[in-house]
Amino acid sequence: MSFFDVVFYLFAAITLLAATGVIVARNPVHAALFLVLAFCSAAGIWMLLEAEFLAIALVLVYVGAVMVLFLFVVMMLDINLVKLKEGFWRWFPFGALIAGLMVFEMVWVLGSRQTAEVSKAVVHAANYSNTKELGRLLYTQYVYPFELAAVILLVAMVAAIALTLRRRTGVKTQQVSEQVKVRKADRLRIVSMPSEPRADGK
Amino acid sequence: MMEWLESIQKMLGFAWLPIWTLLKIVAIVLPLMGAVAYLTLAERKVIGWMQIRIGPNRVGYFGLLQPLADGLKLLMKEIIVPSGANKLLFIIAPILTLMPALAVWAVVPFNAKLVVANVNAGLLYVLAMASLGVYGVIIAGWASNSKYAFLGSLRSAAQIVSYEIAMGFALVTVLMAAQSLNLGDIVRGQQGAHGLLNWYFIPLFPMFVVYFISGVAETNRAPFDVAEGESEIVAGFHVEYSGMAFALFFLGEYANMILVSFLTSIMFLGGWLSPVPFLPDSILWMFIKVAFVLFLFLWFRATFPRYRYDQLMRLGWKVFIPISLIWVVVVGAWMQTSYWLW
Repeated sequence: MSFFDVVFYLFAAITLLAATGVIVARNPVHAALFLVLAFCSAAGIWMLLEAEFLAIALVLVYVGAVMVLFLFVVMMLDINLVKLKEGFWRWFPFGALIAGLMVFEMVWVLGSRQTAEVSKAVVHAANYSNTKELGRLLYTQYVYPFELAAVILLVAMVAAIALTLRRRTGVKTQQVSEQVKVRKADRLRIVSMPSEPRADGK
Repeated sequence: MMEWLESIQKMLGFAWLPIWTLLKIVAIVLPLMGAVAYLTLAERKVIGWMQIRIGPNRVGYFGLLQPLADGLKLLMKEIIVPSGANKLLFIIAPILTLMPALAVWAVVPFNAKLVVANVNAGLLYVLAMASLGVYGVIIAGWASNSKYAFLGSLRSAAQIVSYEIAMGFALVTVLMAAQSLNLGDIVRGQQGAHGLLNWYFIPLFPMFVVYFISGVAETNRAPFDVAEGESEIVAGFHVEYSGMAFALFFLGEYANMILVSFLTSIMFLGGWLSPVPFLPDSILWMFIKVAFVLFLFLWFRATFPRYRYDQLMRLGWKVFIPISLIWVVVVGAWMQTSYWLW
């Protein structure tokens, strides 16, 4: 077993343990943090396949942004765990069946001799830039699907913002542009007054 | 020297790579910790002079031993874990703050050859590691089981996530100009016959400003230190921490300041390149630039009052993000014309 294999199995073990932690953790915050760990070690496995752009993008987008917002929500909600775990054992056989099916499919696809040839990671030279190659493909061959996906995401974002937008009348809000435009003369009047002589004439 | 190294390499065999890498890590982390210690002294001195005071001057000549005294004090103090706290996460949080702040240094080049890992996707790695720093803050606030700490961490997390976007776009313009994600290549892209006129801060000036201000916000420094906000929420996310656990947050914050200064120097101020053509490029230029940017951090702190929270969010979302989006388009169009000189 080479050093490479040791690292792979280490990352794989951490990913599996963390993924199990996500479902068995009693505390939802712990579950979210386990998911973060699973993402990080999955990124490590991708890094081993020389897919450094995907690995770093996974950490940047999922760990750095999505999971932070997730944690945000989970921390502020008062989640009733007993209610959440209700019916766990009733649905367990069904879930186990689906999990078993997925494992079978994966072994079938990845374990066969034909796919073993295809799925072998290509080793590139040191100066090979994964990011550049991905960018070139995305912006030439797959430019329409890429742009389409971007537009769909934009529409979803606009829709989400539009859902939360409520215009209420009679609310006092700040008009920042007006605040910035204010000059000294609008608020302050300087009056020049001659000083009064003192009553005792001194 | 090289023969001597090679003979050791043969002797250690398989263990050579981890040991050599560990040595390199130590060679970066130790001076960094020293720099953090003396940055705190510099901060107190500079702010003191700006407020017409002397600053620390009792411990050692000119207060030079002050950081050591402070460190010793924090080491001796008891670490108090609040009774309602989540103990494991409470201890992990400061480690999670310091870890990404140190991990980024792996790709930071000090001069043309001095870098631990010459990674092609260096800039992306920097962004990814910087985005991990927020976990320490969130977990610390939540695990402390205190209202002030939780409010502070929520504020801080929202602030860091918001400013990361503008920061990312600023870095996009840099990678467009340099046509590389490798930090060393970014510096080499600024090499030219005209010294400092070849640096990226000229064509990317708005991004230089956006990046630096976002960097100040990311490191939770004044005027963006609402995460601490000692007058409103006493000390924000680290209110329950004491002793070395608190010191780790402190180390992380200052290490991040130094990191942002290094990255600003590398991406916009030409890294180790000399500002004038007749002087040689040297690592000294790097340190001078970093010292200047660090001085800006301290200067900001002594000058500006703290931002109100809604104004801070407005600056991030409604000012910086539109500016950086527009500048990405401007740079892209500019590079297609013959007027792009960089």
